[in-house]
This record gives sequence, structure tokens and C-alpha cells, in this order.
Amino acid sequence: MNIMGLEQYKGVYVFAQQVDNELSGIAFELLGKAKELAKDLDTDVTAVLIGNNVKGLVDELAAFGADKVIVVDDPELEVYRTEPYAHALSSVINEYKPEIVLVGATAIGRDLGPRVSARVATGLTADCTVLEIGDFPLVARPGQEQKHNQLLMTRPAFGGNTIATIACPDNRPQMATVRPGVMQAIDRIEGAKAEVIEYNPGFTPDNKYVEVLEVVKSVVDVVDIMDAKILVSGGRGVGSPENFQILKDLAEVLGGEVSCSRAVVDNGWLPRDLQVGQTGKTVRPQVYFAIGISGAIQHVAGMEESDIIIAINKDETAPIFEVADYGIVGDLNKIVPALTAALKAELN
Amino acid sequence: MDFTLSKKHEMARSLFKEFAENEVKPLAQETDENEQFPEETVKKMAKAGFMGIPVPKEYGGQGCDPLTYVMCVEELSKVCGTTGVIVSAHTSLCIDPIQTYGTEAQKQKYIPDLASGRKLGAFGLTEPGAGTDAQGQQTKAVLDGDEWVINGSKCFITNGKYADVYIVIAVTGVVEKRGRKMKEISAFIVEKGTPGFSFGTKEKKMGIRGSATYELIFEDCRIPKENLLGKQGKGFGIAMHTLDGGRIGIASQALGLAEGALEATIAYVQERKQFGRSIAKFQNTQFQIADMATKVEAAKLLVYKAAMAKATQKVYSVEAAMAKLYAAEVAMEVTTKAVQLHGGYGYIREYDVERMMRDAKITEIYEGTSEVQRMVISGNIIK
Amino acid sequence: MKIVVCVKQVPDTKGGVKFNPDGTLDRGAMLTIMNPDDKAGLEAALRLKDQYGAEVTVLTMGLPKAEEVLREAMAMGADKGILVTDRVLGGADTWATSTTIAGAIRNLDYDLIITGRQAIDGDTAQVGPQISEHLDIPVISYAQDIKIEGDSVIVERQYEDRYHVVKAKMPCLVTALAELNEPRYMTPGGIFDAFEAEITTWGRKNLKDVDDSNLGLNGSPTKIAKASDKVRKGAGEVVTLDPEEAVDYLMGKLKEKHVI
Repeated sequence: MNIMGLEQYKGVYVFAQQVDNELSGIAFELLGKAKELAKDLDTDVTAVLIGNNVKGLVDELAAFGADKVIVVDDPELEVYRTEPYAHALSSVINEYKPEIVLVGATAIGRDLGPRVSARVATGLTADCTVLEIGDFPLVARPGQEQKHNQLLMTRPAFGGNTIATIACPDNRPQMATVRPGVMQAIDRIEGAKAEVIEYNPGFTPDNKYVEVLEVVKSVVDVVDIMDAKILVSGGRGVGSPENFQILKDLAEVLGGEVSCSRAVVDNGWLPRDLQVGQTGKTVRPQVYFAIGISGAIQHVAGMEESDIIIAINKDETAPIFEVADYGIVGDLNKIVPALTAALKAELN
Repeated sequence: MDFTLSKKHEMARSLFKEFAENEVKPLAQETDENEQFPEETVKKMAKAGFMGIPVPKEYGGQGCDPLTYVMCVEELSKVCGTTGVIVSAHTSLCIDPIQTYGTEAQKQKYIPDLASGRKLGAFGLTEPGAGTDAQGQQTKAVLDGDEWVINGSKCFITNGKYADVYIVIAVTGVVEKRGRKMKEISAFIVEKGTPGFSFGTKEKKMGIRGSATYELIFEDCRIPKENLLGKQGKGFGIAMHTLDGGRIGIASQALGLAEGALEATIAYVQERKQFGRSIAKFQNTQFQIADMATKVEAAKLLVYKAAMAKATQKVYSVEAAMAKLYAAEVAMEVTTKAVQLHGGYGYIREYDVERMMRDAKITEIYEGTSEVQRMVISGNIIK
Repeated sequence: MKIVVCVKQVPDTKGGVKFNPDGTLDRGAMLTIMNPDDKAGLEAALRLKDQYGAEVTVLTMGLPKAEEVLREAMAMGADKGILVTDRVLGGADTWATSTTIAGAIRNLDYDLIITGRQAIDGDTAQVGPQISEHLDIPVISYAQDIKIEGDSVIVERQYEDRYHVVKAKMPCLVTALAELNEPRYMTPGGIFDAFEAEITTWGRKNLKDVDDSNLGLNGSPTKIAKASDKVRKGAGEVVTLDPEEAVDYLMGKLKEKHVI
């Protein structure tokens, strides 16, 4: 392993994911976190922007905290494919030697991250929810050097039942994929500019270049529950797809969205992109209504960071009450419509 | 003596359990309520190889032992007594006699389709005037050239109408035995769709309501000569030996029902609160559960022992009779107690124990009543 | 065609997570299962076998007990099972694990490698793509459909809001989603055969072209600084109220918190 020369690695890098030449929300979230880490390390933040004709996105990255932007622009990078992207990002790493590389734990990042980490021979911690700078080991131990200024990466595992903090003390860069929806972007800085570095390592198709025959976009009108300030979430206890109407009514009066637990998706009541939880999305709205949701740990893992959790369930022993700020034992069929009516009266 | 299951048997049990939980349990209530034969489940069981478990591989079966088959019927019956008996009647009462008494040509013709579940099997012995007493048979088969001509009817036939292949017992003549005129009885293989073979009334039953129980009607039904199963005149022995195997299947069904009811009750008594504490905290509950669990365990040992006897012995009438007698009585007792411990909820159809109690009753009756089992057992002890 | 399917034995979190009295996970009390994404990958391989004819080899890395998932896979229809187990391989992170598995696969002929997207105990989704990197072959992650066309594989690759139809020349590695299919059941006869069959067991010495410094706990670049079973956020108030009172209560709280 490359024990030597760790100190050559400098700066916090972020893979600025774009799809169809539009930056993904995760890119801004990562920049927000990167800025904090860079401050602690007294270094700067670099966004790595990979794609075809993507230079126009540079200012947007600057506005959200990038000090520098490395642009890898090439026709081979038009649509995401593992190999040319892995080649681009690993070449940037080898060339510029960052000490930290953050990648979103998206369907792209969870493919690109491992491939790149294996290529540059470093560790990668998946799906992190907390990133901070600290010492490793956390507490000095006799006979072991305590390293400072390490990236400490915290992630849930075991379906959200355990939580581990991981370091990568002897290899650089320290790489992490980060769960979307967890880190917070900074407020936009109008007119901010970043230093732009154009870099092209050259792309020669080989056996690893796959061919994208077709791109099929999801036809359903996708509501991103991760952006909602208020979520009205339903579980098996709602009883039927039709009965979700009372949740939709409540969401509408509050200007929120409807989401759901896994059981609802498994029953085919609502589409998968509305699912909250370990196998769905992580959300942190201001208010999360858990209605008829028992609160399996896999679900809780995806919503417990919400500011206020309100649970309505007829079963007083439902585990959801263990995480709810306000729990009501009662009949959702009566309470939810009545609450909607009261809110309507109040807000008009 | 080793009472632990081998790893392969444990894995087989986990398979049956998983299948029962995922595929059978969700339909159990509906199957009962609508008296609906679970055709889709039978197709799924065919795909998973459950319709020919103890059948040799060369005949398209799974090549497993009777114990594996018994565990399959047991696990299915834990969640649905109807599904358990479909497999039992098919395997023990139809495939087994062909496997045991059939000619090579008959085995080749029928077993691969039955063992793979492409076809379903049934067994017709009982008649309105002849249940447990086989000498009361009225259905006749007469040889006419190259064909047997069957006339008469059979009743209470499990898998009736849905089955494709039927083992039918009929009178083929009269013989003198020790100076007494006795009916000569033979066994036949009859296929659904044969002209003259039709189905009568579908019975409305107390339990196992999804199992199709039909009357079989034969009116000048002509079947090829080569469909005689075993030798002419050996039908009574074939029927009795077949029932020995069948009783192990029914014993497994009874065991499964008892276990299912016990499991449901253990869960319920820990959940149900009365007078401020769970009813599991009351000594009456604890002692009832202890008795139920002990009897279930005893039944299981007898059933598994009978399965092992079928694997290793030529004759296993007593083992089969004891297993069926005891397991059926335990099933009735345990399901009745389960309903009692559930209180009012146990009496309503939303709770599985209500169905299990109704399903359990038949295990004391079919394939030889408990009284017949006692006759078989005592007859082998007091000679 | 030769297909290698990588599977992992994992604790069954669906059957209820068990805790010790001190709040830590009681791993010993939990049943183990074949990781669901891996099982979908195996089913995909078995369907390719049914459709085009293929030899399916299942490979797992783990404790000797992990042999159970190989038997299960063979009872479902896989042809061969390989268990990679050695004390020196223990404590591996995804880098060391993928290095080990790649070292084992280098001994095999293969056209297609299928792994699950991720395991339910670690949820990293890293090992599949990392194996492909070590073997220098293409990877297609998150497969929701797999077909074969000549010497290529055609995969529907899932993303959050779309899918790509991707074609890659074999040899290639594909990571499977549990949604890919409904895995078949084992058959009783398959179980009996699986217990007759020989399982190949490989240790460190059987791994091809790997360096000791990349194996096991010591060869893992990531190190655990701290691990704990998750401490849940404490419960707030739980009230049992009539619908009318409940609405008043909630309206009060929403106003108090300035939501309305």
C-alpha cells in the first residue's frame, strides 16, 4: 500500500455529478460539506466536473462553494458510462493528488466510486451520513501513532441497526460516497467565481467501454420527496391505495408531498420513488407525518433526521412512537381528515 | 438413536416453511372461505418439485425419502390443511400404488407426469355403502375383450374432478375362501376424460373446504385391459397397503395443523392482555401450552418414526396407524384448546385457529377412522 | 457459457433484529440467509442457464459455515460451489474482499460474473465494481434485466429516474438488483443432490496474483475507528386522544413550532 508521500495529497475534491448537463442536487450538498472540511484542514474545495460540453456549469459550482473546478470535457463523456468516467476521475486524482474525494451515493456514484477507489488503490467508505475531521485512533493508544486531521466517515450499516465511524489513515485520497439528502448546501453566493482548470487525460475506447443502446427516462412525473419541507407518509395501516387520498389532502393543504413505507411499495400502492427508508430515500423535512407506519428500523433510518416527527397509529406499541416527537394513538381515518379540515379553516 | 435432523433435512424443512409462509398462508383464509381449490398453488408446488418428493429420480421425482415428504405435508398443513391433503392424496394414494404395484410400462406412462405435477392424482375406494369395510364394494369391473368395463360410483374422493389420474378399486368377481363366497377385488388406473367417467356432487364440508371432494360416477366406462393395477384379485391388499402409506400423510397433516394452532396460540397469549397482564402470565395458560406442546412433540416422534419405517420396512401398518391415530387426536385436542385460549376471537373466522379446528376433525375420520386405527393396532398386538 | 455468481451469507434482518440486554446486536441469535440481491443474481444466472445453456459456479468468501449458502445455491440449480475461507482473510474491507474474490476468480474460466448490488449487512455496493476493476473487465451495475446476444450481454441498467440499455462484450461483470426477478425455490431433490456434491474449498494459497499486503484486516485501507449499535433518538410524547382532541393537540403543536 502507498504509505509513502501522504503529505503530497492536498485539498478536498467533490465529484460534481451532472446528468443531461444539469447538476444533481448532491453536487451542491457535497460542496457544502466539503467547505466545512476544507476549513478545518485549512485548504480549498475543488469540484471535478466530468461530461461533454459542461463548462457552462462552472459558475453554478462556484456559487455553491467551489474554489476551483477541474473540467474534464470530452465527447466520450456524453452519457454516464463507468469506464470513461472512472478513467476521468482517477486520472484527475493521480494528477492532482487530493487528500479527500467525496462522491454522491447515487446510482452513478455508487458505481463510479468503487471502480475509481480500486484503480487508485485506496479505501472507500460507502453511504456516509456524517463526515468530520479528527484523530485516528480517536483516543491515543500506546505503541500506535495517532494521526491528526483524518477524515472520519460515519455510516449506518446492518439495515440502520449499527453505526460505524471509519478512517483511511494510510492511503490517499480518503474517499467516501455520501448519502443524498443528508449534507446541506450553502446559501448561494451570487457572482462567485472559481478557478477553472481544463484537463483531458485522453480517452481511447477499450473492452471496458460499454455501449449505451438506449436511454429510457421514467415517464411518471417524479416528485422528489427529498426536496419536500413537509412529508405526509403512509404505511400499510392506511389500508388501500384509494385511502391515500386523505393523506394527499393533508399534504396539499400544508404544501407538502406524500411519501410512504416499503410495505406500500411492495403492495404496489405507490411507486418506488416515494419510498422512505434504508432501501428508499433518506429525507429530513421540517415535519414528517408517519401515518399508519409501524416504524421498522429500516424505515426509521430514512426519516429520523426530520425536524419534527408526528406519528399517528392505532397500535400503541408501534415502534414509530419511539422516534416520534408527537405520537397519537388513534384512528387515522378519523384524525387525518379532521386535521385537514382544521388546517383549511386555520389557513384560509 | 439420534433424534436430530440431518442438515439436508433441515434445509428441506426451511424450504417447505418458506414456501408455506410465502405462497400458501396468504391464501389459506380465502381458500377456506370460498371453498376454492388452490390451483395456482398446486402449479407452484409442481414447479418447486413438491408433487413427487419420495419418487425416484428416474421416474421424474425428487428422489427423497418419506421423511422429507412428511415434513412437506406437515409444513404446508401448518398454514393450510387443504393444501397439505392435496399433496398427501396425490403422492400417497395415487403415485405410491403405481410405484409399488405398477408394471414398468404403467410406471413409465403415469409417474413422470404425476411426480412432476403436470398431472394430479386421486384414489377412489370409498362408496356410499363401503368406507372402512372394503367388502361392501359395489362398483364392478368386467373384462370385455381388451377392455375393462366399469360401472358404479365412488364418494368423498379427495382431489376429485381436478385430478387427471385415479386409482379405482372395483369388484371383478366372486371367489371362495374357506368355503365363504368373497368378493374378488382389483385395482385400476382410470384417466379423467375416459368416456363413461364423470363427476357427481361436490361435497360441502366442515373443514379442508378448499380440497375438492367429489363423487366419481362410472357408466359403462371402458378402460384398456392393461390399466389393471397389480394382479387381478389383489385389489384389497393394494388398497390396504396404499392406505398404510396414506395414513402417514394424514398423520403429517394432523401434526401440521396441531403445530400451526400451537404456534398461533403461543403468539396470541403473549399479546393478549386481560386484567392488566398478558394471559401468558396465568398458570392455566402456561399449563395448557405445556400440555399442548408435549403432545405435539409426541405426535411428531410417532409420525417421523412411521416415515422412517416406510423407508426401511416392507410392512409398516402399525407404525402408520399409531401415528395417524395419535396425531389426529392431538390435532383435534390442540386446535380445540387453541380456540379456547383465543376466547371469543378463536370463534371468529378472521383467526386461523377457527379454521384449524374445523380442518383437524377430518383427520380423525378419513383414510380410516380412529376406531379403524385402533382395530389395526390391536389386531397386530392381540393375535 | 460459463457464469460465476458471487454470493454472501448475511444475517437475516427481515426476520426481526435481535438485541442483547445492553442494546447491542445479538448476531448469534439471528438466522443467516443468502443475501437477497445475490439471490436475484443467482436466479438471473440460472435463467440464462435454462435459456442458453450455461455452467453456473457459485463462489462465496466467509467462514466455513458459509458453505450453507453454496449448498442452497446448488439446491436451486447451480452446478459448482467454491468456498474461499482462511483466517488470514478475516476482517477484510471492500478493497481486501474484492482483491480476494478477484484472486479466486482468476483461477476460473468465465464469460459473465454476476454479483448482487449490495449486501444487507454492509450496504456498500462496492465489491462488485471493485472485482471488475481488479479483473480489468467492464462492469454494469444495478441490472434490472439481463440478456445475452452473441458474445455480448445486454443489460437494463437502473438509475434514479431512468434506465439505460447497455451492451458490453463478455467477459463482463453485472451487479443485480433484488427487483431483477423472483428467485426460484430450491427443490427437495436439489437439496439432496447438493449435500452429495463436493464443495471446493480454497484458502490463501489458492488465490492467484494477489499480494499479502492487500488481504484481510491488515490489507484493508479503511479502518474502523468506532462502531456501535445505533442509539435511537428518544421518544417524545405519546398521547391517546379522541379524534377531536387529537386535532386540537396537533394544531397546537404545529403552531407552537411555527409550522403554521
